[in-house]
Amino acid sequence: MSDVTNEWPLWEVFVRSKQGLEHKHCGSLHAADAQQALQMARDVYTRRMEGVSIWVVPSALITASEPQDKAEFFEPAADKIYRHPSFYAIPDEVGHM
Amino acid sequence: MYTQALDLPDPEGRSIKAVPPAHGMPADAALQTRFDEKIDADRKIEPQDWMPEAYRKTLVRQISQHAHSEIVGMLPEGNWISRAPSLKRKAILLAKVQDEGGHGLYLYSAAETLGVSRDQLLGALHGGKAKYSSIFNYPTLTWADVGTIGWLVDGAAIMNQVPICRCSYGPYARAMIRICKEESFHQRQGFESLMTQMSGTQAQREMVQDSVNRWWWPVLAMFGPPDSDSPNSALGMRWGIKRISNDDLRQKFVDATVPQAGILRVTLPDPQLKWNEERGHYDYGAIDWDEFWAVVNGDGPCNKERLATRVKAHDDGQWVRDAALAHARKREARQRKEAA
Repeated sequence: MSDVTNEWPLWEVFVRSKQGLEHKHCGSLHAADAQQALQMARDVYTRRMEGVSIWVVPSALITASEPQDKAEFFEPAADKIYRHPSFYAIPDEVGHM
Repeated sequence: MYTQALDLPDPEGRSIKAVPPAHGMPADAALQTRFDEKIDADRKIEPQDWMPEAYRKTLVRQISQHAHSEIVGMLPEGNWISRAPSLKRKAILLAKVQDEGGHGLYLYSAAETLGVSRDQLLGALHGGKAKYSSIFNYPTLTWADVGTIGWLVDGAAIMNQVPICRCSYGPYARAMIRICKEESFHQRQGFESLMTQMSGTQAQREMVQDSVNRWWWPVLAMFGPPDSDSPNSALGMRWGIKRISNDDLRQKFVDATVPQAGILRVTLPDPQLKWNEERGHYDYGAIDWDEFWAVVNGDGPCNKERLATRVKAHDDGQWVRDAALAHARKREARQRKEAA
């Protein structure tokens, strides 16, 4: 049995389902290198034409925000309600704006 | 496809140690309260969030049992790929078995987000420490069994899996949504294959009936022990991992399947099976739980064969995995040298 260091690296898979849409994270897989990761992603995540384009990224290279910092990290946006259109009262006769 | 008693006790499964997340250490009351609030509000728990150690362990056990079931589940049907009666049926069966492999991979990935490695998970399976669905320890003796597995085994799995799409753990729920989208093909191809055989010769019809007779009871047992004997269920429900009890799922499956058997013109091997007007459900006979536990604990008709086949496939592939990794490392080293 191989030890953990001989495990193929983990890759995150992003699939664009249709031309014009963004790539969306759909899961992860193990592969020895980028080319193999792409081929495996095709077989694992697009068996029914779910995608027209695939990105693979080594999981270890992703930097994520810390969940326990959620409050202070996202807090600056919370009290700026004037960034939303609904903050402004406009006479009805103006119609859609 | 195939889940069953997903909360099966796994006493020797302790070789899998979930690594606590970097920030999940002190199980202090505030973290626990925030976790409980999320569960109560039916919000999702994501990998980086704090979670109680028991929640993590339960998920690792359940998701990995589920993944193992998908992978081992490739074997009974794989048995018939080279002997499918037509090119069409062979292509269908290949696609189905490939799906099962894919389902296993989605689920292993989901389990790995909880801090266990793929090698640890496979090691537990190959060492005989991890459980997988009891149903795959029954043999596929005839071609009709391939159809019956699609109709009944995948049918039972769908009943079981649809509620898990709403599981509180995000990666598991997302994997299940993907899996459930692909399951319907599995059940329908099986039913259609059986329909075709039932419109064939007398010998073919008898083969289908024999197959249904053999699989019916093991399929009912797949839903796991009765609620009165499922100590983990209450906690699973509390945590939003399990949504519907074993007995309720089983009843739902029986109610859905009896009319299908009528359309197929096969009988189900249970003299006590009959509609209960008062309950609004079908009554069914007693399940042999001694047999179920014997199969779960290693004494089913094919336990040894399944595990040996799985281990051999893994060992035979070791040089391929090693070679691919060596190649990738070598190329990376060369590129670094050229860049320098």
